Amino acid sequence: MKVEPRLHFHNLLLKTPFHARTSAANLLNQWGNWSGYTTALAFGDEAMEFSAIRNAATLYDLCPMVKYRFTGPEAAACLDRLTLRAASKLSVGGVHYTAWCDDAGKLLDDGTLFRLGPEDFRLCCQERHLPWLLDSALGFDAHVREETEEVAALSLQGPCSASVLQAAGFDVSSLKPFRMATFPFGSGTLMISRTGFTGDLGYELWTTPDQALALWDHLMAAGRAWGIRPIGSNALNLARIEAGFVITNMDFIPADQAVREDRTRSPIEMALDWMIDWDKGHFNGRRALLAEQEGKTSRWAFVGLDVPGNVPATGAVIYAGKTREAGFVTAAEWLPTAKRNVALAHIERKYMKSDLWADIYALRELQYARLMLPVTVTERPFFNPARKRATPPGRF
Amino acid sequence: MTYDAVIIGAGHNGLVTAGYLARAGMKVCVVEKNDWIGGAAVSRELFPGFTYSNCSYVSSLFRPEIMRDLELPKHGLQILPYEGGAVMMEGGGHLGMFRDHDANRREFARHSPRDAEAYDRYARDVLRHCRFIRPLLLRTPPDPSSFRPRDLAELAWLGKRMFSLSEAQMYDMIRFWTMSISDFLDEYFEHPTIKAYQAVASIIGTALGPMSPGTAYVLLHHAMGDVDGNVGAWGFARGGMGSITKALAASLRAAGGEIRVGHGVKKIVVKGGRTTGVVLSNGDEISGRRVVSNMDVKRTFLGHVDEAELPGDFVKRVRAFKTRGSSGKLNIALDAAPRFTALPEGAPFMKGDLHFTDSIERMERAYDDWKAGRFSRDPFQDVMIPTMIDPTMTPPGKHFMSCFVQYAPPKIEGRDWTDADRDAFAKTCIDQIEGYAPGFRDLIRHMEVRTPRELEAEVGLTEGNIFQGELTFDQLLFNRPVPGYAQYRSPIRDLWICGSSTHPGGGVMGAPGRNAAAEILRDAKMPVKEMSDAYAIP
Repeated sequence: MKVEPRLHFHNLLLKTPFHARTSAANLLNQWGNWSGYTTALAFGDEAMEFSAIRNAATLYDLCPMVKYRFTGPEAAACLDRLTLRAASKLSVGGVHYTAWCDDAGKLLDDGTLFRLGPEDFRLCCQERHLPWLLDSALGFDAHVREETEEVAALSLQGPCSASVLQAAGFDVSSLKPFRMATFPFGSGTLMISRTGFTGDLGYELWTTPDQALALWDHLMAAGRAWGIRPIGSNALNLARIEAGFVITNMDFIPADQAVREDRTRSPIEMALDWMIDWDKGHFNGRRALLAEQEGKTSRWAFVGLDVPGNVPATGAVIYAGKTREAGFVTAAEWLPTAKRNVALAHIERKYMKSDLWADIYALRELQYARLMLPVTVTERPFFNPARKRATPPGRF
Repeated sequence: MTYDAVIIGAGHNGLVTAGYLARAGMKVCVVEKNDWIGGAAVSRELFPGFTYSNCSYVSSLFRPEIMRDLELPKHGLQILPYEGGAVMMEGGGHLGMFRDHDANRREFARHSPRDAEAYDRYARDVLRHCRFIRPLLLRTPPDPSSFRPRDLAELAWLGKRMFSLSEAQMYDMIRFWTMSISDFLDEYFEHPTIKAYQAVASIIGTALGPMSPGTAYVLLHHAMGDVDGNVGAWGFARGGMGSITKALAASLRAAGGEIRVGHGVKKIVVKGGRTTGVVLSNGDEISGRRVVSNMDVKRTFLGHVDEAELPGDFVKRVRAFKTRGSSGKLNIALDAAPRFTALPEGAPFMKGDLHFTDSIERMERAYDDWKAGRFSRDPFQDVMIPTMIDPTMTPPGKHFMSCFVQYAPPKIEGRDWTDADRDAFAKTCIDQIEGYAPGFRDLIRHMEVRTPRELEAEVGLTEGNIFQGELTFDQLLFNRPVPGYAQYRSPIRDLWICGSSTHPGGGVMGAPGRNAAAEILRDAKMPVKEMSDAYAIP
């Protein structure tokens, strides 16, 4: 919600366009700071919220996500230069997950790129990059601007999410994953993309702030029969770990924020090298990444780990042969759907063939119990249901 | 009786050295020419009920290791972090600064959306430079021309740190140490006022303009301190900056040290190439096995030691050491808080630093006046009202305002300052404030005005240089104050220097005093007890 710019300091945390609804629904008053916005960590029982992501339908307020708009005849070429994937190969109405690097080939951020038109893109991400994006656009006939506050966005996720949209009057039966469609809504339009951060069937809905509350009410009403409920960031975080997704500044430090030089990571080290399009021409960091790949100089590997037992390996240091430090865990949970105990971890490549151990400190009634457990590298995602991909989507 | 150490000057560094030496078991006496202690970390009540921070006015650099080693909190020291700050712009606008990351970004975005998102990278780069420098603060610089094992080991340590940087960062570092703050800021920001705010720390106390090469390092010197681990943050000493030296004095006395005020040192006694004590202005002699001078290097060797006792080259280098004064100060007792029309009511800025110079160009023009031998007609002022936070310095509702003013030359067009010059200087500053806070003049109940003349006469700072010597790279590390004498020693046996003229330089940091004590104890073959190494985590 808009505040008088000179007096913004009276609201250290801004409120999103959905705040009137999220605050009414937040029975716990559990709020967190996401990029300067008041966001719900949990509305009620976190386990119920998570369960609804995998069982029914959930709403999550996406507004704080940072959004940039690229327009102009060379917007696609500019994004080819900026990001790892080929934006020019993305068709209008398509979305892809991408990432971008500095000139040293170190990750700055990851995000989703939406092609809204032949010369019109939206880039959604976690961190702020305007100077870098503007500098990367030098020499291109393209315009870049930040539009975070101009968009109100909700994530509707869960196996019943398509049914909820159908009941709300939006026919998404033919919408494939990573595609989007536009519908009339209220006095304007609503863009729906089949995207999300839960690794399940789900959609993201994009409109203008003035339509926000009407959209919330409309979806909550349409979804009542499917048990729709708002979820907070805690439940979403659990779902994204099941899906094996990374979060900037939680799983890696963006290169432009890393005070310690050795904290930066290349996309190869973060297991994002699959997205590098080597053939599209030059892009930021290409030379360094090519040298890293050809010279096999990557120092780190980002992997999923299977952890024995049911104690999450949160913050654990990983040892090779129980003695040499080999890496560290950035996220760890017992996965309620997959019924597995997993972790996301950085491991030094030279130790990848060693026997790996997690040094876990488990807090039990004010005391830490120390567990040294053998861990094994495992595939991501940890949970990958077919309903995520089915088109037309299942009814539940 | 003969003291183990006679310390000249009860400034913060002198008291730090004295404190460590006394705790190590030395019999220590500090002599101070003024009737009060503190040097440039001093708080005096010049108007009933109002305590000033007469010289230095904020704290960040003072090393936490020293606070802890000398138990200063037990002796009454409390550091209060402050929030925010603002630049008032010509035409009525303002730029605020916030401790809150997102509030700061939104404030920048009012002026430049690009700059709003440039701050993180800027802050990271400054922090990187800080992290390189900070571990050097509590170490004696190596003598590059020496083959002593300690010097070789220290050089190797320094070299290793340098070569642990990536190539790109090494280039950045070398550029940063030598470039102007204006050029440095141009690499990050576009808005003149955003740059003007960031440039402030680069010109404070420095006879250089923001466009002069070398000023970027001065920024670092002000950014590498911390308040409770929060690097770059600043705070107030509760009760005024004099609370730091009061706590140091109490700690020293508790360790058995003595402090004598009221008579300064007239002469440092040198016999056969070594010192045996000092003669005071009243004729008293105090003998000591060693003498430690907290005076700046010029005042120590050009005023208090027979120059015939010193190598000619040393004297020449001491003379050439730059101590050009550039600052003045107004300390004002106010009947009520001023009302700055540009600042929205209720903003936290009033608790922080307030400025009126809204572009680098205006700052540089203020420096142009200094070069011409005049005080700035449109001065840069760093205005702070510590009583917005500190309830102990004035009666409730009243305020103490500290105005640090840049630039004021050591001499006016080549001649000494007169009282009329001083009054004109004060009027220029007050007129500037009045322009942003109508009615301000009527709130003034008392004012202390200090030009370089007063700073030299009272505090003893040569030419009124607040850092006891400029903080440019040619005068730092093993070149501070003089190559070959950067290890707190002098050409005279048992005569030591411990003030801000030595590594790592000025500001109320205490590091020179602490490092000097370490060298003295090492030289005396006494165990260096209760002295922490720099707090650092890789």
